Formats: sequence, structure tokens, C-alpha cells
Amino acid sequence: MSMVDMPLLVAEGLTKYYGARPGCLEVDLEVHPGEVLAIVGESGSGKSTLLSLLATELAPTSGRVRYRMGDNALRDLATLTEAERRLLLRTQWGFVRQNAEQGLRMAVSAGGNVGERLMAVGWRNYGDIREEATGWLSRVEIASDRIDDDPRAFSGGMRQRLQIARNLVTRPRLVFMDEPTGGLDVSVQARLLDLIRSLVADLGVAVIIVTHDLAVARLLSHRIMVMRRGRVIETGLTDQVLDDPREPYTQLLVASVLAA
Amino acid sequence: MTDLAFSHAAPPRPLNGHVMLRASGLAKTFTLHLRDGVRLPVVDGASFEVAKGECVALGGPSGAGKSSILKMVFGNYRVDSGSILIADGHETVDVARAAPRRILKLRRERICYVSQFLRVIPRVSTLDIVTEPLRLDGVPAEEAARKARDLLARLNLPERLWALPPATFSGGEQQRVNVARGFIARRDLLLLDEPTASLDAQNSAAVVSLISEKKAEGTALLGIFHDAQVREAVADRIVDVTRFGAST
Repeated sequence: MSMVDMPLLVAEGLTKYYGARPGCLEVDLEVHPGEVLAIVGESGSGKSTLLSLLATELAPTSGRVRYRMGDNALRDLATLTEAERRLLLRTQWGFVRQNAEQGLRMAVSAGGNVGERLMAVGWRNYGDIREEATGWLSRVEIASDRIDDDPRAFSGGMRQRLQIARNLVTRPRLVFMDEPTGGLDVSVQARLLDLIRSLVADLGVAVIIVTHDLAVARLLSHRIMVMRRGRVIETGLTDQVLDDPREPYTQLLVASVLAA
Repeated sequence: MTDLAFSHAAPPRPLNGHVMLRASGLAKTFTLHLRDGVRLPVVDGASFEVAKGECVALGGPSGAGKSSILKMVFGNYRVDSGSILIADGHETVDVARAAPRRILKLRRERICYVSQFLRVIPRVSTLDIVTEPLRLDGVPAEEAARKARDLLARLNLPERLWALPPATFSGGEQQRVNVARGFIARRDLLLLDEPTASLDAQNSAAVVSLISEKKAEGTALLGIFHDAQVREAVADRIVDVTRFGAST
């Protein structure tokens, strides 16, 4: 099997209880290199819990997540040491959050936010780091004269674009995204989505994106999983699930979107 | 997981050398859960073949299930029973049962679907939309752009529009962008849903000649053509969908 045929991330039976309340129940999934998987559902469906479990920010009550490490072996993420886990997060993974304040260092300059990730993967030359950071800011449409400003001075859309640059600069293999366009004006959303779409395709990075917005899922993802009450109720090709939904709840979700 | 479920059914006959697509016993019913579970049968027992270099038209009145059949072949609609075999090089894929990633691979390499309406992506220019299939094939950007310009010129799309996103274009202009995108790359199977519906006679003729060129290259085409003149000009055979009717 070629690399592309082998899954990058495999989750089996992922379950999380908050006390007696279930957050996420018996979820199985696979993500392959370069594949974009959307997890959709309404608030409380368990999609954010699932993302946190996959990204090892939460420990599952039962089930496991395995990831294909650099040596090509699938490794149970629960067996990583804290140092190994941190290295993975800094080098091979990215996480774009809905709230940019959680995904950026707000008191560090835009260039620093991007350059920091490069230093984490071993870049040392200041000139190289600054040049690469400037290049990435321009890729995400942030003017080069803003490189020394810190993100507190940026609009919501600019902050999200900076987060994208910070996460993609090290060319990660897998990026988690939690409602990356949430809370933005629609015109700003369209620009950000187009940017994410083209960068993800150019870099061939795998993405697991959580969104309640079916239009976002349609534009960005290859496959989709619909969650309700902690369970995955329907899964398949994105256009197939959205154009020919089978489950009553998926039909309700699709029918509830206003066609513009 | 589906292999077990189908293990008692007779395996579909493999495709021989010249057959590109074989649909056998296709059945499809929509169940509308929001409408008290009303069932809308679409087709029941649709069977047909399309050979390489052949253009087959799906015939029958509106509502007979022609578009649904095209969408099932593309993997956009699910199939309740039956099989849709498509030649993939030396392999054969059953779209009715294939895993999503297998269908995506088939769509990248073998099948192109020209829908009736263009799904516009904000901010993406006409040239980028049209060249995308070639760029995914690894064709250098300049060569892809040259081919796109040639096609758009043949389809008489004004040059001043090429750098613009098609969101504000007329229906006919959007349709020509869609046709150009669908015809730019070499694919083994082309699915056409009324490719000339919004076009005038001159532009319909341009599409007819593009279809003839694809046939000569060995491409298999399956399409819906309401315009009788276009249908007569391109179709080698007509498959009457009403005989697969599931109407109640």
C-alpha cells in the first residue's frame, strides 16, 4: 500500500462521559493523508468533544486514537509521553480555533506568532525565519507592514488568517479546525474559506474540521460525519450526504438551511 | 463492511474491453422523513450500458428519473439496489458499493459530471475554475491556461469575463464555464445534464462539436439532452427511462 492508502489517524470506539452525561459515544473514524473530513451537528451533538479527544486534549473514557508516526507505525496516542505529545502538537499537527485568542499569542507580534512555530521545528536563523514569516503573512493576505503589530490590533478575520499561517507554516500533516469561520461576517467568512480551501489543497494536509455550517462542510470537505446526541448517525461523501440525506435528522439539518 | 451483506448475491458480470459503464437493476426511492415518511420511487430496475466512444442519451419526460440516474452514476445519489460498474483502467469499480475514497479517486481520474448549474465558489476566477481539472492532473499552469482560453473562445465567452468569478454571469455564461471545465481534461466517462439548456443555437453547436471530438477520442458519454436537434446530432442511442419507471 502506498502512503496515501494508509490512514494517518484511526479512532476506535471513542467514548467520553462527563460524569453520567455522555459527550461522545462509540465513534470510529479514519482520516487519510490529504483528506478533509467534516464533523457536523448542532450545539451539544458532541462534535467538539470528539475533536478534543482526537487532538488528545481530552482523555477518552474508553476507546483509542492511533496516529501514524514518522517511522510509519500506528501509535496509540495514550501511550505517548508528555514530551512526545508536545512535540507532535508543535511539529506535525495544527489546531485552528474558533476563538483566535486561544490559538494565538496575543501579546506577540504577527511575525512572532508565525516564527515561533518555525523555531519549534528547529529553525534558528533570524533572517530566514523573518523571510518565511513574511511570505506566509502575504499568503494569508496580511500586508507585510503589519508584521510587527500584535494581533490585538487585528480584525477578527485577520486574526483567523494569522492563525491559519501560524498553523500551516511548518507544513503539518494534520490540522484540526474548530468552527474556524464562526462569528465572522459573511464576506469575511467567504474570503477565509477560499483561503483555507486553496492552502489545504496546495499543501496536501489532512484536516478534521468541526462546523455547524453545512455550506462550510460542502466547500471544504471530501467526507462528512453527522453527529447527534454524541453518536455518528450518518457518514459518507460530503455531496452525497448533503444531496441525498438518509437519516431523518440529517434531512432536517439539510432542509433547515436557507438557500441564498 | 458491505461485502458480507452482498456475499449471497451473484457477482456482477465483469466489463469487457469496450464497455465503460454498465448499470444493472438500479433501484432508488427517496424517503422523506419530514413528510411523514412519504416514499418517492425514482427508478426500479434500470439497466443499460455505455461503450467507449459512444454517446448514450437518457430519454423520457421530466420526472422520469433521468437526472437521478446521472447522479447515481456519479455517486452523488445513493442506490438502494443494483450495481453501477465503471471501468477504472484494468479494474472495475461498483459505484453503488464503493467506499467514498474510491469514488473520489474515480472522480479525479475517470469521470466528469457537467451539471446543469455551476456551483460558484466565492472569489475563484473563471480561468481557475476551468483549469482546475488539468492542474489536479499535474499539467503545468501555463499549458492549462492556454487550453482553457482556447475552450472559452470556442464557446464564445467574452474574454473580459475570464478573470472574473462567474457569480454575476448570466445562466448561459455560467453554463459555458461549466462545459469548458467539464471538457478540458481527458476523462473516460462524461456525464452531461442538459449541457445546452441555456445556450443559443451558435453555442449549442459549439457544444455539439466538442461532444463529437470526445467521442472520437474514445470517451464514453451519458447525457440528458432536451433539445431534439442536439440529441439527434450527438446521441448514438437513446435509453428510454420510462421503461424503468417506478411511478406509483
